[in-house]
Order: sequence, then structure tokens, then C-alpha cells
Amino acid sequence: MLEIKNLHVTVDGTEILKGIDLSLGSGEMHAIMGPNGSGKSTLSYTIAGRAGYDVTEGEILFKGQNIVDLSPEDRAAEGIFLAFQYPVEIPGVANTTFLKEALNAMRRHRGEDELDAMQFVRMLREKVKELGISDDMLKRAVNAGFSGGEKKRNEILQMSVLEPALAVLDETDSGLDIDALKIVADGVNRLRNPERSMLMITHYQRLLDYIVPDFVHVLAHGRIQRSGGKELAQELEKNGYAEFTKTDAAA
Amino acid sequence: MNTQTDQILPFAGILEQAAASLPGADLDWVRAMRIRSYDRYVELGIPTVRQEAWKYTRLKTLEDTVFSPYHGDSNQTVDVLPGIHAASGAGVRLVFVNGHFRADLSNQEELPAGVILENLAATMIRDSNWLESQIANPLLGAAGSLESLNAAAMHDGYVLHVAKNVVVVKPIEVVFVGGLSEGPVASFPRNLIVLDEGAEARIIVHQCSAGTDASFSNTVSTVSLGQNARLSLATLQEEGDDATSVSTTQVECARDSAFDSMTLSMGAQLSRTEQHVALAGEGSSCRLDGAYLMRGSSHCDHTTLVDHLVPNTTSNEMFKGVLNDESRAVFQGKIVVHPDAQHTDGRMLNKTMLLSDRAEIDTKPELEIYADDVKCAHGATSGQLDETALFYLRSRGIPEAQARNLLVQSFLGEVIERITDDVLRDTITEKVVGWLPTGGQSS
Ligand SMILES: Nc1ncnc2c1ncn2[C@@H]1O[C@H](COP(=O)(O)OP(=O)(O)OP(=O)(O)O)[C@@H](O)[C@H]1O
Ligand SMILES: [Mg+2]
Repeated sequence: MLEIKNLHVTVDGTEILKGIDLSLGSGEMHAIMGPNGSGKSTLSYTIAGRAGYDVTEGEILFKGQNIVDLSPEDRAAEGIFLAFQYPVEIPGVANTTFLKEALNAMRRHRGEDELDAMQFVRMLREKVKELGISDDMLKRAVNAGFSGGEKKRNEILQMSVLEPALAVLDETDSGLDIDALKIVADGVNRLRNPERSMLMITHYQRLLDYIVPDFVHVLAHGRIQRSGGKELAQELEKNGYAEFTKTDAAA
Repeated sequence: MNTQTDQILPFAGILEQAAASLPGADLDWVRAMRIRSYDRYVELGIPTVRQEAWKYTRLKTLEDTVFSPYHGDSNQTVDVLPGIHAASGAGVRLVFVNGHFRADLSNQEELPAGVILENLAATMIRDSNWLESQIANPLLGAAGSLESLNAAAMHDGYVLHVAKNVVVVKPIEVVFVGGLSEGPVASFPRNLIVLDEGAEARIIVHQCSAGTDASFSNTVSTVSLGQNARLSLATLQEEGDDATSVSTTQVECARDSAFDSMTLSMGAQLSRTEQHVALAGEGSSCRLDGAYLMRGSSHCDHTTLVDHLVPNTTSNEMFKGVLNDESRAVFQGKIVVHPDAQHTDGRMLNKTMLLSDRAEIDTKPELEIYADDVKCAHGATSGQLDETALFYLRSRGIPEAQARNLLVQSFLGEVIERITDDVLRDTITEKVVGWLPTGGQSS
């Protein structure tokens, strides 16, 4: 599904990612953990195609195609979704309008028929119920005045409406209370299927109790330092990242 | 004295040319007002960028174009008249072409008892004494040069007088069509709105061009609100690329009255919209809102002055604009809290989004406070489109052009949402969408 090879990324003249190799098979759930500032969000932005994140070396293959030169909207239409660490507020644009525009833009791109208002609302109502999102949140402007937890739930709502093939979740668990964490985790788990891969960035082992990953990677200093199964997360919880900080000093 | 020694004063000799044929030629007070105003205009000259209040706006077209006043065939056919509520022809509407009143295109029926809506020339004939009491005295002496020029040369305009406690439910639309002539034409509309105690009205003014000729319009409007009166005034300025449009609105608010205005500026080569509000009665309030959308080399200027003269008055201003290409906007807002005006609440905000690095905003919000127990705030920001927000939208599959448009709409939404008339709000939203660089995609 996703294959990242020797990826080097420079932001504002500083090299942040220094040779990432990562491979996600269809239906797999991978977790990425790592200290603050290690480049996790940089990796997620680069996958989604943010301007200013220059790939200086390496490639990102998505369904076998190198997507490095695709625009963010084209990547989205191909099936890539990024749940932002800090979702953006868009005052004056109703959440529902935004979701419908986004979905229909992608459907157009893929040569599919657009959903009319009725079809869209019916579909949305189902998703909303599952995620415990109020009608009020749908009517309000995108993320405007939403609490931290509401913003994260809204990201998951967008994901369930857009049904991507690859979802990158950047600290979607941060700022959630226990109940919200369960709702979000349920939402993510419901979307898991053999055709959909997920890359989940988190600082907390806690999330991995609810969403069990197939693989865990440690990202530090712009490189994947170690990969393993879910037990790696438990080990990190106990020992912290000290070991990987040293690794870099030696390198 | 006259700072224009190096050039000919525009409209010099306008009185000799035209006074005899102007409305009110047979009224002593009108003749006297014209002469005194003309003298003052000659004394002051056309504003120049050397004056503080005109530092950012230069009336260049008056330097290199000779506009002839009044003429211009006012009987031309006008194909499409803008109208919101009056679009079907059913609403109340006054139409002026090149400054001339066109009864054949207007509809003054359907107004409740106690409402007078007519053109200024008609008021001069019907009730000259009342008109004199409303417009003759306050202006002379203190008036600025363009107001003086208008008082000297005024031709026609609309007059609305609503009697005590009469509420005009349906909005009144007034259309000024310019640019329809052979050669550059000048017009000097003069408007008067008087709402007696407890009266309410809504006015929507359209300023537009039907042709492509150069035009200069210099408008003065006087608004007087009695106790508890409410006026909401929307101005939709969509003039052509060769239009120069300056207007001054003087508002006086008595106790507990409220003045609301919304100015949409999206046309003209150069426009200046000046509003002076005197909150003269306790409990009175005003809201001055504006949205501006400029492109090409257009220039718009919004200048406001709010005088808080007595205790417990409120003012709230929000001007937001989007500038593309090498267009330019000016915002000069001033709130003055006079010594007696305790418990004043005065707020002013100006925000501009620059879509091009050649566009320019000059903003100057000012507070002058002489009372000690007041709440006042002002702010001004300008910046580009938020790149993070743009990426957020694109990452959801929304194409770049559409994402940009959504963000512009989102930006202007803050001020447009403050419009309480649903039909007007939707119309303005549509105009904004239509203006957007790629023609926009309605959402
Ligand atoms: N525009 C920029 N110019 C230079 N350095 C930058 C720029 N943007 C980000 N960085 C740096 O890149 C590094 C990686 O940032 P990134 O946001 O990817 O970290 P992260 O792993 O997501 O951290 P966190 O866990 O705190 O979210 C940081 O050191 C950050 O300061
Ligand atoms: Mg991060």
C-alpha cells in the first residue's frame, strides 16, 4: 500500500527526515512513536503533500506509484488522508458544507457521480451517530470554537466520510478524555479493513490498548531507529527514548 | 488658502454655468447656500495628499480629466437595474441616472402613511421650509471641500422622511446609475434621511455603472435619527472601472436611536466612503460595517469618524477586505470619546487579506479619549491567506482554487454574517462568490 524508501525531507533549509524506510501492507496498522521534535509530523505532512516539505532524496510509493510530485488534493483523491495533530479552524464554512465539498471534489476527481444533498445527509447521519457527534457540531463552522477533543473527533468523522485507503493519524489521541478516547478508538477500529492501511502517530501506549497495531516503529532524529511488534510500545513506556538518543550520537 | 495654485480648480465656474437651471433656482436659501458653499470650496480646493485626511487617497482623475456636470442624456434606456427586494419591480425603488431622477423607472407606491419618499427637487417644491431646516444650516462653515462642492452643485437625490412611530417594513431601494453618457460626466447627488421619534426604515443603495464612460460622483447624505429611531443603510458600490466615487454621510443620533450601516465596495477605479456619526443622545448606538473586494488597480478608501458626545453610547465597526493584483485599500477609523461621554463602548476592527504581494493596505485606526470610564478597543491586521488552512482544505481533496475561494469567503463571512436581512446577506454572499478569482464555486 505504502512504501517509503530512503526519504530525506528538508524544511526551510533544515533537513528533518534523514532517510526513512517504511513499508505498510494492505490492511496493516502501524504505530510510530518517538520523542518531541523527532520528525513525526514532518513525515505525516510529507505523505500528505504539504508545500515547503521538500523531498530531496528517496521516494514515496502509494499503490505502486511515486506520489512525491502530486498535489495534496490529488493525493487525497487517490485515497490518502491525514488527521492533523492540530486541526485548523475555518470560520464561516459550515462543517457539513465542508464535508460535502470535500467528498464531492474527490468523487469528481475519480469520475464518480456527486452525492446530492439528500444522499449526503443520509450517509452523514449514520457516521455521526457512531461517533457521538452532535448536530450542532455539524452546523457550526469547521472546528471553530471546538474543544481539543471535539476537533479530534471531527477529524475521525472526516476520515469516515472520505473512506481513505491510507489514513495517517497524527496524535489523534492527544487531548482526549477516557470516554472520547474510546469513541475515537472505536471509530478507527470500525474503519479497519483488509483494504485500508493506517499509520498512527502517538506518544501513548494507552491508545495502543484500544487500537492494537501490527507494527510499532520508533522515529528519532529523522530516522526509524527500531521496529517491532506491539510489545515494543510497552518497552518504550518503561525505558523511554534514552537508548535511541544515544544511537544517534554514535551515528 | 488655495493649495491648487499650480492647477486649474476642477468645476471652477460651475455656478455661473448652471445655477439658473439647477433645482431650487427660485429659492433664496438654496441660492445663498450654493454661493457660500462654492466660496468655501474655492477656498479649500480639492483635497490633496498633503492633507492628513487624504494622505493615502489621491483624486488623480480630477487632475487629468475634465468632467462636465449634469449633462448626459438621462433619458437613455437602462437595460438592467440592480435590485434585491425590488428586483421583480414590485418593491419601492427610486432610480437616478447620471444624477437625474427617473420617475419612469421608480416606484414610490406601496408606502405606509406617514412616509415621504421623493426626489430632492420635488421636496424643494413641496416643502422648502422643512428642507431648509434640515440641510441648509448645519453644513456651512465646517464643511469639507467635497461637501461644499456638493452643496454648491447639488442636483438631485432621495429624501426619506418617516413620521413618528411609523415602521417601514419593506426595504427601500435607491439606484444610482452612472457612466451612461458621451464623455466624462459628473454628478452631485444630495440625499436626506429623517426618521422621527420611534420610526424605523431600511434602505439599500446601489451605485453602479451601465456604460463604460468615465464618471465622477460626489455624494452627500444627511441622516437624522430621532429618539428611538432605527435606520439600517446598506450601500452596494459596484461602479465601473472608470468611475470615481466619493461620498460623505453625516449621521446624528438622538437618545436610544440606532444607526446600522453596511458598505460593500467592489467597483470603481477609486472610491472614498466617508461616514461621520455623532452619537448625541444617551443610549444611542451605531454599527459601521464594510466589506471591500478590489482587483486590478482599483482603490477604495473607508474613512469613519464616530463622536461619542454623551454618556452610555455604543459604536461597533468592522471593515474586512480582500485585495488582489495591485489594488489598494485605505481604512481610516477614528473614535472620539468626548469628556462627558462616560460608559462609552467603542470598538473598531479592520482586517485585510492580501492575495497578491503587489496589493497594499494603509490602515489607521485611532482612538481619542477624553473621558475616564470607557471601554474602547481597536485593531487592525493584514496578511496573506493562511497556508496551513489552505493545506488543510486541499488535504481533504478540495482543489487549490476552490480552497482559496473558500478561505476568502470564510474571511469575509465574519462581517457578512452580521447582516440581519437574509435576502441582502445572501445577495452579498453571491456577489462575493462571483467576484472570486476563478469565478468561484458556490458552496
Ligand atoms: N519551518 C521549519 N524550519 C526549521 N525546522 C523546522 C520547521 N518546522 C519544523 N521544524 C523542526 O523539525 C523538527 C521535527 O518537527 P515535527 O513537528 O515533525 O516533530 P514531531 O515529531 O511531530 O514532534 P511532536 O511530538 O512534538 O509533535 C523539529 O525540531 C522542528 O523544530
Ligand atoms: Mg508532531
